[in-house]
Amino acid sequence: MSTLEIRDLHASVTDAAGESREVLRGVDLTVRAGQTHAIMGPNGSGKTTLAYAIAGHPKYTVTQGSISLDGQDVLTMSVDARARAGLFLAMQYPVEVPGVSVSNFLRTAITAVRGEAPKIRTFGKELREAMEQLQMDPSFAQRNLNEGFSGGEKKRHEILQLELLNPKIAILDETDSGLDIDALRVVSAGINRFREDQSHGVLLITHYTRILRYVQPDFVHVFVAGRIVEEGGSELADELETSGYERFVQAGAAA
Amino acid sequence: MAGLQGAVETAPVSRLHERQSFDPADFPVPGGREEEWRFTPLRRLRSLHSELGPGDGKVSVVVDAASGVSIGNLEHGDPGLGTAYVPADRVSARAFASFREATLISVPAGYESAVPTWLSVRGEGTEGAAFGHTVVDVQPNARAVVVLDHSGSATYADNVELIVGDGASLVVVSLQGWADDAVHLSHHHAQLGRDARLTHTAVTLGGSVVRLAPSVRYAGPGGDAELRGLYFADAGQHLEHRLFVDHAERNCRSRVSYKGALQGDGAHAVWIGDVIIRPAATGTDTYEYNRNLVLTDGTRVDSVPNLEILTGEVAGAGHASASGRLEDQHLFYLMARGIPFVEARKLVLRGFFGELINRIEVPELQDRVSAAIEAELA
Repeated sequence: MSTLEIRDLHASVTDAAGESREVLRGVDLTVRAGQTHAIMGPNGSGKTTLAYAIAGHPKYTVTQGSISLDGQDVLTMSVDARARAGLFLAMQYPVEVPGVSVSNFLRTAITAVRGEAPKIRTFGKELREAMEQLQMDPSFAQRNLNEGFSGGEKKRHEILQLELLNPKIAILDETDSGLDIDALRVVSAGINRFREDQSHGVLLITHYTRILRYVQPDFVHVFVAGRIVEEGGSELADELETSGYERFVQAGAAA
Repeated sequence: MAGLQGAVETAPVSRLHERQSFDPADFPVPGGREEEWRFTPLRRLRSLHSELGPGDGKVSVVVDAASGVSIGNLEHGDPGLGTAYVPADRVSARAFASFREATLISVPAGYESAVPTWLSVRGEGTEGAAFGHTVVDVQPNARAVVVLDHSGSATYADNVELIVGDGASLVVVSLQGWADDAVHLSHHHAQLGRDARLTHTAVTLGGSVVRLAPSVRYAGPGGDAELRGLYFADAGQHLEHRLFVDHAERNCRSRVSYKGALQGDGAHAVWIGDVIIRPAATGTDTYEYNRNLVLTDGTRVDSVPNLEILTGEVAGAGHASASGRLEDQHLFYLMARGIPFVEARKLVLRGFFGELINRIEVPELQDRVSAAIEAELA
């Protein structure tokens, strides 16, 4: 059973002027297989930085602490090695890559993650079925990666990759943003299919409680000013829904 | 951004292309400050631009003609030479004055051939200059495909006249697959008759210095020219493409689409896109663009679109030029899906060039060009 373990993680980002700013200020978090964790926090609290730091985005420098997956040091791995080790980041703003088709991209990614190229016929069938479940038109596979995709299409495509790449731990960064209610249902159903498998763990990063009605977390963490300031069960999300982040923002500022 | 240079102000297009002559002595030896020479490393031209007279370099020309297409040789003074094109610079005039024998590829009126006629130009050493001349004459309502395939080592200057008759259609693919030490300066000039169509694709991957100047002039209304190009400049390579489309007739169309990648110290790409729409050329529809993908530090791109419009009645006229780095965001997205760096870079490059490669009308060349570009990345 997989475990993602984050200990005392500090990370900084360097801005255009060359100034370094600490964005993560000591994060402790353990995500085990079979668990769903929600990280909630106000804008600018460092939630996306946490997601990127786990995935290895070059813009962020980890200055202290550790991340491990099943005991293996994640921080020494390249971005692609982390993905092959079983980490997946569904991005808030998926990037357009001109001239690269969805199907070519998916086949290349699956080949990399599984270590062998999928058979053409089984790949076609697998892709078609996965797309059907997410209510995606078959023509989608021939389009250029994220080019001209609507917000909903981008997020469905992220979840499509989640289901096809079958990681151990999925980090979903604001997957609910920009979705209308129908798309939110479809995307949530995809996440729920993924977590039905008890060998999978989920870290769901969100600003709103909306998605938590469809994807119920086992643990909720309130994230303020680069660290977790409060932890609880799903009742904590209910409190945030009624009272907002204010109480925690003050606590975070005082810390 | 370091190493990148945007559009710079130049003289009006009309003035840049005024001078034409068959006599090389009419063109002074360029010093490097002239508008048409300022990007070219003259010192690396092995005197192609300065000396006059024939050279003693060796370049072999072999033609494999499609059936129905006739091949001939033309001597100096033949009335079939220089009908469409008058040299526009000293090197071009020197090539016109100095070639040993011109090659004529002729397609009879109404004859349609989709099989390419293959003209292989092979250099056998860089010692001494070699000169060439080719005339492709596609007579009215004929269709033809011509591949110009350059390879080997050479110091070579040539002119290619493309005559596309009324209602005719010509596809040209010119491959500059030279060895690393080759120097090649070339003009490809097309004259399009009424309702004639040309697609011209330049693929420049090899050579030390390659300077290719494709140009188009319309001899009647309704002509349609697509000029495409792709290039990949490695360390020390100077790859220059100078496009010129001269709209002097009504209702003609032109599209110029060039894409390039650069990697390594001293890789230099130059793209000049001159388009003029003269007063009589009402109803002109033109668009040109150039994109460059910078893969490493130490490269230089000069990309200069230059559009001069002398009539108020155009159907469309525009240009775009952009040069940028291979985006970290692209690579991160692909690598975050497990795709290794080298593979991710190939995927992005393949996507970048794919649009142009997929439009090359000769399928076997699509594979060859794709493989050659992948080899550049290896």
